[in-house]
Amino acid sequence: MNNIRNFSIIAHIDHGKSTLADRLIQYTGVVNARDFQDQILDNMDIERERGITIKSQAISLPYQAKDGRSYALNLIDTPGHVDFTYEVSRSLASCEGVLLLIDAAQGVQAQTLANLYLAMEHDLTIVPVINKIDLPSADVERVIEQIDSELGLDSDTHLKCSAKEGTGIEEILEAIVARIPPPKGDAEEPLAALIFDAKYDAFRGTVIYCRIFNGQVKAGDIIRLMYNSATYRVEEVGRFILRREKRESLAAGEVGYIIAGVKTVSDVRTGDTITLESRPCANPLPGFREVKPVVFASIYPIASDDYEDLAVSLEKYKLNDASFVYEKDSSAALGQGFRCGFLGLLHLDIVQERLEREYDLSIILSVPSVRYRFTLKDGTMIYVDNPAHYPEPMSIIKSEEPYIRATMMLPERYLGAVMKLCMEKRGVNSTLNYPNPGRAELIYEMPLAEVIFDFYDRFKSVTQGYGSFDYDLIDYREGSLALLDILVNGEKVDALSQIVHRERARARGLQACERLKEEIPRQMFKIAIQGAIGGEVISRTTISAFRKDVIAKCYGGDISRKRKLLEKQKKGKKRMKMIGNVSIPQSAFLAVLKSDTE
Amino acid sequence: MDAGAIPNPTGDILQRSQEPDELPGLYIHIPFCLRKCVYCDFYSSTDLTLIPNFLAALRREMNLNKDFKSVFDTVYIGGGTPSVLTPAVLERLIGDILTAFTITPGAEITVEANPDDMTPERLAALRRAGVNRLNIGCQSFDDESLAFLGRRHRARQAVETIHMTRDAGFNNLGIDLIYGLPGPPGDAFAIWLATLRTALAFHPEHLSCYQLTVETDTPLADLCRKGEIALPDRDIQARYFSRTADILEEAGYLHYEVSSFALGNRFHSRHNSKYWNHTPYLGLGPAAHSFDGRQRRWNHRSVTAYLKDLAAGKPPVADSELLSDEQLRLEALFLGLRTRRGIDLADVKRRYGEDLLVEKEKILKKLKEEKLVEIRNGFLVPTRAGMAVADSLALI
Repeated sequence: MNNIRNFSIIAHIDHGKSTLADRLIQYTGVVNARDFQDQILDNMDIERERGITIKSQAISLPYQAKDGRSYALNLIDTPGHVDFTYEVSRSLASCEGVLLLIDAAQGVQAQTLANLYLAMEHDLTIVPVINKIDLPSADVERVIEQIDSELGLDSDTHLKCSAKEGTGIEEILEAIVARIPPPKGDAEEPLAALIFDAKYDAFRGTVIYCRIFNGQVKAGDIIRLMYNSATYRVEEVGRFILRREKRESLAAGEVGYIIAGVKTVSDVRTGDTITLESRPCANPLPGFREVKPVVFASIYPIASDDYEDLAVSLEKYKLNDASFVYEKDSSAALGQGFRCGFLGLLHLDIVQERLEREYDLSIILSVPSVRYRFTLKDGTMIYVDNPAHYPEPMSIIKSEEPYIRATMMLPERYLGAVMKLCMEKRGVNSTLNYPNPGRAELIYEMPLAEVIFDFYDRFKSVTQGYGSFDYDLIDYREGSLALLDILVNGEKVDALSQIVHRERARARGLQACERLKEEIPRQMFKIAIQGAIGGEVISRTTISAFRKDVIAKCYGGDISRKRKLLEKQKKGKKRMKMIGNVSIPQSAFLAVLKSDTE
Repeated sequence: MDAGAIPNPTGDILQRSQEPDELPGLYIHIPFCLRKCVYCDFYSSTDLTLIPNFLAALRREMNLNKDFKSVFDTVYIGGGTPSVLTPAVLERLIGDILTAFTITPGAEITVEANPDDMTPERLAALRRAGVNRLNIGCQSFDDESLAFLGRRHRARQAVETIHMTRDAGFNNLGIDLIYGLPGPPGDAFAIWLATLRTALAFHPEHLSCYQLTVETDTPLADLCRKGEIALPDRDIQARYFSRTADILEEAGYLHYEVSSFALGNRFHSRHNSKYWNHTPYLGLGPAAHSFDGRQRRWNHRSVTAYLKDLAAGKPPVADSELLSDEQLRLEALFLGLRTRRGIDLADVKRRYGEDLLVEKEKILKKLKEEKLVEIRNGFLVPTRAGMAVADSLALI
C-alpha cells in the first residue's frame, strides 16, 4: 500500500488538465508514441471537442521513482461542470491528493478556487502546479503570489511545468510520490469499496470503477451493493493501464475495476459502497447521495419513422449514463417520443448531442421544465414536470415550485452585477460572506426554474468567468404559475409549451415568438406566431410570406435538373416538423430553449 | 457508351400516345452562337467552322431515329442560334426533317430567330420550308439593357425584324423578353414596362417574359458573386411577375404558364406545352433531351463528342435516367403547377395512386384560403399568385 498514490488533477477550464494527464501517461510509458492520441483520457468525441470531461476515468501509471522504488500512481479524472459536482466529489473521495493546476498566464480563476475548496472538503493534500510557463504572457511571479494570497496555500510548495512542451513532468511525478500520502486502510477488514464511476461494455456488461478503502475483492466473491442490497458474483477484477488489465485481486488502497455481470449502468450508483455478502462492513462509506434529475424535457424524432430507432438509441445511451432517466411520452403535434430527466441543462445538451452524433438521429427537444407541485381542490397533491400534464387551472388551489440554495463565489467587484441577476431571477433571502479579502460568497434562494433557463450562462458572463456556482435543492414554495402555449398559425406546438411564473410569462412568450421568427423560413403564406395563456394571447409576431418561388424557364433539358433540386429541397423539408401547415426546422425548437447571453 | 446499351426512347411509348394532345414533339438543337449572352447556360459553340460536320452528323442522328413510326405534331428548331445557318442550308435542313419523320399536317413548326440576322431572304426561305411560327429573341427594347445582356442587336433592329416577319407573312409570332435586370429598382421597373408596351404594340401572338435567372458558370453568375451587380430580391421579383401578368391579361393575353402568354388558346406554344404536360419528345442535336414517358436521355453537350459518336454510327447519348413513380409524380406536380391547366387529379390518382384531395386535404384547404390554388373540374389549378410559387407548391 505504501507504493500506491491516488490522485486527481483539478483546474479551471483550459488550464491544461488533459494535456498534463497526457504527459504523465507518456512519461510513465504506458503507451508508446505511435498509439498516443492527444488527450487520451477524454475518449468521447464530444469531450474532446468541447474540451470538457464528462465521464470520469481512472488510469494506473507505473512509476520508478528516484528513491529506487516502483509505484502505482492512480490518476482519477474528474468531470468539470456544475451539473456533475456530485460525480466530482466521489472521484475526489477516492484520492489522497490533487494536483491543482494553474495557468501561468491567466492565474487563479473561478474554477481553481471552487475546485480547491472541494479538495479541501475531502482533506486532500494539494500540490499547486503552475502550467504553461512557456507562454510569452506567462507571469509566474504573479501566480506564486496568488497561490499565497488568494488560495491561502504555501507558495513554496509550487511546481512549474509546461505540459505542452513536456517540461517539469518528472518533478511532478516525484512530488506525487513524496508529498501525497499513501492510502490508509486495512486489507484484513471487511470489504468497503467506493464506486466513483461505471461504464457499459458491450461484451462484459457494466464495468464498475472503484476505490478499495478496506478489505479485498477477487473473482468468485459475492459482492453486495449496499444501497439496494443487490448481490452479484464477481467475474473479474483488475486495474486500468489505459485498457483493463486483469489481476488476481484488488486490495485496500487500490483503484481498479470490478466486472460482476451487472446488466446496466443504472443498477450501479456512483457513491455507493461495495462490500462482501459473506462478510459485510458495518456502515457504507460516507457521502452517498442519490442523483435525481431536476430538469425534464421530451425528445421526439423529427421523422416519426425514426421512433423505433430513437427508442433503441435511448436504451443504449442509458447503459452508460446512470443519471439519465426516460419514459414514453407523446405529443399531439410531434407524435411519439420520450420524457427525459437530466441533471441540468448541460447534461441535456450532451444527451442531445450524443444522440445526434453517435446514433445519427435528428431529434426535437421540448422546452425544459422543472418538477412543479400542485394541490388540487379535491385535496390531492400532484407533481408535474411536463406542461402537457398541467392541471385544469380551475382545479388548482395551490401551485408550488422547487427552490434551490445557490452558493456563488466571486471576486467582490462583480457583486453588484450578480445580485442584480439574482434578483431578476426572483432570488430571495441573500447572505453575503467574505471568506478571503476581495472574494465574496453570495448565497441566494432561487426558483430552480429560473436557474435552469439561462442563469448559469449569464452568471458566467457577468462574472467574466471568475464566478463559481453550485446549488442544492431546498424546498417547494408557493408561486403564481401559468401554462404558456405557443401557437403557430393557430396550432398549438405542445413541445414549446412551458409552465412559467406569471411575472415572467410575457417576457418568455415574446422571446419564444422572436426566436421562432428568426428560425422559421418564410413560406408560401403568412405565419402567425403567438404566445397564449389559456385563451389570452400575450405575445405575437408574424413571418411574411414569400411571393416568388419558381424557376423562369423549364423546358426539355431543365426538367431533370429542376427535379433534382426539388428532390433535395424535399429531403430538407423532411428534416423539418410540420405543425399545422407550417414546416418548422429543428433549429427553431432549439432556439426557443437556448439562453440569450449574446 | 455502347449503342446497344441505350434503350430506344421513342419506341413503344411514342406509339402508345396517339391522342392528338399527346403526340410527341420533335426538338432540334442548333448549337452555334456568334456570341454568348451574359446569362445563357444553353449549350452553344462559337466555332462556326464545325457547322458542315454538324449538319452531316445531325442527318446521321435523324437517320438513326427515322424508323420510329410515331407521328409528331410539333417541331421546334432552337439553339443556340438557328439563324446562323444560311437561308438555303436552313431550308434544306427543315426539308430533311420533314422527310425523315412523319409530321402531322397542320403541325406547329417553330424556329427561334435573332433580330440581328433576319433578312427578307431568310424569312422567305423559312416560309417556303413550311415554318409557321417564329420565336424572336428580342429580350428587351432598351439598348442599354441589350448591351448588358450581351445581345448583338439593338432595339431598332428588333423592331425592324418584327415588321419584316409580318411582311413575310408570319401570323404566329412569339417574342421573348427578360425582366429583373440590375439597376436602381424604380428605373429598372420603368424600363421593363416600356419594353413590355413596345412589344404589345406589335400584337405578337405569343409572349414569353422570363425573369433574369442566374445560372451557375455563366458570366452573370460571376458578376453577382463578385458583387458587381445585384439582382432584385424576391419581393421585387414578385412585383415584376404580377405587374407583367396584369398588363398582359388586360391586353387580352392568356397567362397559361409561369413565363408564357398567348393571344388566346389557339396561340399557346404547343411544343413547349408538351414539356409541361409530360408528353414525350424526341430531341436531336448536342445537349438535346428526349423523354418517352418514363425515361429521359440526353445527348453529349460538346459538339466534338457529338460528332465523334455519330461518325462511329452510335447514338450520341451522354446518359439517361429511368424515372421512378415517385420522380414522375414530383415532375408532374411541379410542371403542372407551372400551368394554367394545372394538375389532372384523376390522372395523378390513376398513375401514382395518390388522391391529393384526401392526402393533402389540410394544406390544400389552407392554400385555397390563401388564394394560391383552386380546384376546378377535377384539376388542381394554381392562381397567378400560386404560379409565382409553383416550386414550393409542388413540395406540399
